[in-house]
Amino acid sequence: MEFVSPEGLRIDGRRPQELRALQCKFGVLSCCDGSALFQAGNTKVFAAVYGPRVADIRGQALHDRALIKCEYAHAAFSTGAARRRRGRSRKSTELAALVRGALEQTILVELLPRAQVEVCIQVLFADGGVTAACINAAMLAVADAGIPVRDMVAACGAGHLEAMPLLDLNHTEAATGGLEVCVALHPALDRVVLLQADAKASVDTLEAVTTLALQGCKAAAGAMREALLQHVRSLAARRGAI
Amino acid sequence: MLHSKQFVKKTKKGKVLKVVREHYLRDDIWSGSPLDPESDPACNKLSVDAKEYLVVDTNVVLQQIDFLEHAAVEDVIIMGVVLEEVRHRNTSVYQRLRALTASPSRRFYVFSNEHHRETYITTNVGEGPNDRNDRAIRVAAAWYGARLPGVRVLVLTNDADNRRRALESGLQAMTVQAYARSRTDCAELADLVAAGSSGEGVDDAGAAGAGGGGSGKAAKRKRIYEDHRPMSEVTAGIRAGRLHQGALRVNRFNPYEGWVGSESVGADILVSGRAAMNRALDGDIVALELLPEDQWRGPAKRLPGAAEAAEAAAAEAMDVEDENSLEAAEAVGDREGGGAHLAPQVAPGEHYGEDAAAAGASERRPTGAVVGIIRRNWRTRGYAGSLQPPAEGRPLRRGAASVLFCPVERRFPFIRIQTRQAETLGDKRIVVAIDSWEADSAYPAGHYVRTLGPIGDRETETEVLLLENDINTAPFSPAVHACVPPLPWAVTPADIADPNREDLRHLVVCSVDPPGCKDIDDALHARPLPSGNLELGVHIADVTHFLLPGTAMDAEAASRATTTYLVQRRIDMLPKPLTEDICSLRSEVERLAFSVIWEVTPDAVPVAVRFTKSVIRSRAALTYAEAQSRLDDPRLHDEVSTSLRAIAGVARILRQRRADAGALQLASPEVRFEIDTETHDPLDVGMYQVREANQMVEEMMLLANVTVAEHILRAFPACSLLRRHPTPPPRQFEPLLRAAAAAHVSIDVSSSKALAESLDAAVRPSDAYFNKLLRILATRCMTQAAYFGSGDVAPAEYHHYGLAAPLYTHFTSPIRRYADVIVHRLLAAALRLVPLPDAVREREELHELSDNLNARHRGAQMAGRASVELHTLIFFRARDVVADARITKVRANGLIVFVPKYGIEGPVYLTERPVGAAPANGAARGPAHGATGTAGSDACSNYILDEEKQTVTSQDGALRFTVFDMAAVRITVAEAAGHRRQLVLELVDRALLPESEKAAA
Repeated sequence: MEFVSPEGLRIDGRRPQELRALQCKFGVLSCCDGSALFQAGNTKVFAAVYGPRVADIRGQALHDRALIKCEYAHAAFSTGAARRRRGRSRKSTELAALVRGALEQTILVELLPRAQVEVCIQVLFADGGVTAACINAAMLAVADAGIPVRDMVAACGAGHLEAMPLLDLNHTEAATGGLEVCVALHPALDRVVLLQADAKASVDTLEAVTTLALQGCKAAAGAMREALLQHVRSLAARRGAI
Repeated sequence: MLHSKQFVKKTKKGKVLKVVREHYLRDDIWSGSPLDPESDPACNKLSVDAKEYLVVDTNVVLQQIDFLEHAAVEDVIIMGVVLEEVRHRNTSVYQRLRALTASPSRRFYVFSNEHHRETYITTNVGEGPNDRNDRAIRVAAAWYGARLPGVRVLVLTNDADNRRRALESGLQAMTVQAYARSRTDCAELADLVAAGSSGEGVDDAGAAGAGGGGSGKAAKRKRIYEDHRPMSEVTAGIRAGRLHQGALRVNRFNPYEGWVGSESVGADILVSGRAAMNRALDGDIVALELLPEDQWRGPAKRLPGAAEAAEAAAAEAMDVEDENSLEAAEAVGDREGGGAHLAPQVAPGEHYGEDAAAAGASERRPTGAVVGIIRRNWRTRGYAGSLQPPAEGRPLRRGAASVLFCPVERRFPFIRIQTRQAETLGDKRIVVAIDSWEADSAYPAGHYVRTLGPIGDRETETEVLLLENDINTAPFSPAVHACVPPLPWAVTPADIADPNREDLRHLVVCSVDPPGCKDIDDALHARPLPSGNLELGVHIADVTHFLLPGTAMDAEAASRATTTYLVQRRIDMLPKPLTEDICSLRSEVERLAFSVIWEVTPDAVPVAVRFTKSVIRSRAALTYAEAQSRLDDPRLHDEVSTSLRAIAGVARILRQRRADAGALQLASPEVRFEIDTETHDPLDVGMYQVREANQMVEEMMLLANVTVAEHILRAFPACSLLRRHPTPPPRQFEPLLRAAAAAHVSIDVSSSKALAESLDAAVRPSDAYFNKLLRILATRCMTQAAYFGSGDVAPAEYHHYGLAAPLYTHFTSPIRRYADVIVHRLLAAALRLVPLPDAVREREELHELSDNLNARHRGAQMAGRASVELHTLIFFRARDVVADARITKVRANGLIVFVPKYGIEGPVYLTERPVGAAPANGAARGPAHGATGTAGSDACSNYILDEEKQTVTSQDGALRFTVFDMAAVRITVAEAAGHRRQLVLELVDRALLPESEKAAA
C-alpha cells in the first residue's frame, strides 16, 4: 500500500503534516453539567462531565483535592462492521486512565477538596487518533462545565510511515502497526502532559514524530480555543439579550 | 481547503463491509505547466513549447505502456484516477508508469484530479465506475483547457464512446493509433502501438486509409480456434474433474506440441496440434479436456522435419485467408528446426528433439485439448526474434504493413505485428510483445518494442540470449554500490581482533582455479599434525561479512541469484569490487574467509571438524595446469607443493570411497573456446580437459558442502537450504538402455551404484571413446538437481543421486551463487554468530527463495550454453570442416550424430543416396529440402527403422546405420527461415576425414 504518493498526498488527500478537519460543539447533552462533541475527520467523540459535586463514595473522597473519575465506552457501531466488542477491555481501561491522568494535571484539583468530577466518554466513530480525540473532547466538556483549569490541554497523534513522519493518522494509516505516538500538551505552559507510544522506534524517529505531534497539539489547541471563545461569545450574547 | 466525505463499499476476503473514508479536496494542486502563472515552479514538469499536452485514459496506459515509454512521447498528463486504476489492475505496468513519472528526463506529470477542488466529481445516478472515471478524465482535461488556453490538450483514448463524449464537450480526442500516425517525425511510434484487442482501433486504422492488413476484415473471417470457455465453466469443470488444470510446457522445437503435468490425471497430458493447443503459449496455466481414448496419440517419432519454409508458406497463406493451405502446410511437417545444436544445449533430462516426458515413450499417451486459459504467461519483457522476410513476388507494402515476426525460441509461435519500418527492420533482431490472440487469427497479435541490433552480430545475439533467459544485465544501482566498501580495501585490525574470527594467516593456503579466474571464492590448505593425522582446510570467501541482509545489495543479489558465465563475458551477481577484489581470495593478500577445518587420519577418515570465520593469506593462486605440474613434479618441496600433494592424496581416497558408494562419473561434452583478444572471435574450440587437479578441488568442495549440509541441518532441521538430485524414474533411462542393448552392452539402472559399475564395465577395447559416449547418454537421462528448503521435502528425499550423498548443499561459491550466501548465513547462525536470517524463517519465503534460485540457475545455464552455441556458429561461419562423428540415435528419416571435438549434436537427414557417395550435388541438406517436401516423409519410405536393434537400413540394404557407429560429417553454417542461422551436418565418406580430426576421437 502506498501511504504517501510521490505527489505528496496521503490516501485521503492530506499532506503529510496536515491535521484532519476539526470540529467542536458544546452543550450537546442536557442531563449533565458540561458536555462536548469533538470531531477530527470521521473520528467522533462525546464527553459528558458531572460535577464538581460531593464524592459518591465518601471513603474515596480526598481531603486536599478533587477526585477525578473517568469512564470510557465506545458505541457498537463505532468501528464499522469490522470488529464488534462490547464492555470493558484492557484497552478501554487504559484509555480511561490516560484521559484521567491528563485531566488530573489540567484541572485545578486543589481548589475542589472532597469533591468529585466524573467524565464520561463515548466514542461514536473511531477512525484513528481516538486517544487524542478523547482527551480533547474531555477538555472541552470540562470547560463547558466551568471547572477551573491550569491551562487548556490539547492532544494530537502522529505516526511514522514509509520513513516519513505523518500527522494525525486515520484508521487505515494506523492499522499498519507502525509507530504511533499520542502527545497531550498544555500550550500556554508549554508542558507535555502525556506522551504515549506503543512500538519500538529509533531515537531519531521518535524525536521527529514527537516534534510533529507537538505542532499538531498547538494547532488543535488553537482550533479548540477558537471554538471555545465563539461558544462563550454566543453565551454572552444570549445573556445580554435577557 | 475544503473537504468532503465519501462512502465506499469494499470487499475483503469475500466479506462485504462499508468503509468510510474521508476525501479532502484541495486548492494547492498545480497544473505542472510553466504556462500557468499559479503553478508552483518546483513541480513544473511539462514544457513551455509543447505542441500539445496529452491526456491518456487507463486502458491506453495498460495496453500501450511500450508506446508511452518511447522517448518521443512527452508532455503527458497522468490523472490521479488513471494511476489508481492502473495500480489495481496491473502492478507491473503501474511500476513502469511510476518510473516514467519519477524520471527527471521524461515530461510526465501526475495531476491528482481526484483531490482537486475543481476537478473532483461525484458519481451520477446510474453511472458505472468506468463511465465515472472516464468523465473525471474529461473534466480534468477540460480544466486544463480552460487553465491553459495557449496549449492544445489532446485526450488519447481507444474507447469510441469516451472519444465521442470528449468531442461533444469541446475537447480534442484521438485514438493512440491515429496519434502515432500523426507523429510523422517518428515512424517508430506507430509500431509500438499495441494491436487493440477490440476492433475499434483497427476500424479507425481502416478509416484513416492506412490499411490494417488482414485484420481489418476480422469480422468476416472464419474462426480458426475454438472459443475459450468462460471462467465460471472452467472452474466448475475442474472441480467436477471433467477438466484438468496445469502449466503448459511446450516442446522446445515445436510451438504446437506440448505437455501439461496434471495431478488429477497422474501423468503428463499430451497436447498436440494447432487446434488442440488453442492459442496457449509456453508457461500458461491452462484448462484441458481429455480426448476420448481412441484419439490418444504418441509424440512424433520422426526426426524434427525441416519444414520451416512450409510454415512460412502457411503464414503467407493466412494472409490470403485460405485455411486449406494452412492445413496442407501442417501436413507437410511441423515447424521444426533441422539445425544442429551443441550437445550441452540439451539439458539433462531432455533428449534431442523430444520432450523429457516423451523420452522413450513411444506408446500412446493421454491426449487433451486446451479449452480455457486460466492465466496467461506472456512475457512483459517481450520476445526476441526477427521479421519474416516477405515471400518472393510479394513486395513490401509501403507504410503500415502487417508482417510476421519469428521468435528465436522455437517454442513460441509467429507473432503478427503492424509496422511501418519493415524495410529497416528486415535485418535486425527486434523485441516484440504479445497483446492478444483472437480466435479468428492464426497467430497472436503483438507490437514492436525495440531493436536489439543487426542479425548475426555477436553483441546483438548475446543480447538476444540474455533476454530469452531473463538475465538482468542492468548495471547495479547507486544504492547497491553504496553497500560496497570503498577500494582499496584491506583487513582492518578490528577484523583480526574479532574474537569470533580466527587468525589463520600463518597457514599455507592456496587456491586452484581455471586460468583467468578473477572471482576466487575457495582456497585450500593441508598440514600434518603431531598426532600423525592431517589437518585439511577449505576456506571460502566471507561474502556475508559484506553482504548484509536487508540491504539493497542483498535484495539485488537475491533476485539475480547467480553469476552468469558467457563465453566472452560474465554477468556478476555482486558488484565488481566485491567480486574481483574484496572477496576474491587472491594470492599474497589478507582476506576474510569462512573456513571448514577437518582432522583426518592418514587414510582420510575425518575424526573432527570445526567451522570458523577467519583471516587468511593465500600463498598462491594457481591454475589447474600449474597445480597439476606441481602435483606431478616430485622434485618440488616448497610448502605449497607439499601441501597440494597431501590434499591430492586425501582427495584420491575420498574419490574412491565416493565411487564405491555409487557416485556417478558422468561425462559432459563441455567445450572451450580460445577467444581472439582483439576481435573477440573464437579462434579454436576443443573439449574441456579434466586433470587430477580439477578432481582434487572438486573433491574438497564436495567434502565441505556435505559437511556443512550435515551441520546446518542438525541445527535447523526445518529451515535449511539444501540441494537434492532426485533418482530419475526408470522410464527416463529407456533411450540409454535401448542404445546400450543395440551395442550389446548391459547397463543396470536399478541404483546409482549399479549404474556406475555397469558404466565402468561398458568398455570396448578398440574404441576408447565408446565409454564416454555412454556416459554422455546417461547424463541426458538424469533429472535436474534442485535447491529446496528442508521443511518442504520428506527427509528420505534429501539425497543427491549423482553424488551418492544423503545430504548436499552449496557452500563453496558465495561470490557467484546466492544459495551459498544463504548457507553461509545459516552456518553462521548455527555457530551462534548471527541470528537466523529472516529469509529462511518462514517456510513460504524459503520456498519462494529456492524456486527463484532454481529458475535463475537454470536460466544462467541455458544462457551459458546458448552463448557457446553462438560462438560455435561464429567459429564455423568462416570454416568448412569435416569432423569425426558418432551416431547417438537413429530415426526413420535420419540420424542424430555427435561430434566429440566440437561438442555438437545434430540431425543428419538421410536421402535416397548418401552424401558420401555424391557429395558434389549437395543433397542431404535437410532444411533446404524441407521446402520442396522431399526430405520429410519421402525419406521414411526409403529407410527402414529397426527400433530393437537401433538400426536404419536403406531399402536396398546397401546402407546400414547403427547407434554408436563412427561417421564423418561436414559442418557448415546455413541460414534457415526467420534468419535462424544454424549448423548443418551432412554425412561424408570417412575417407574425406583429415588425419588431424581423427585424432580427436
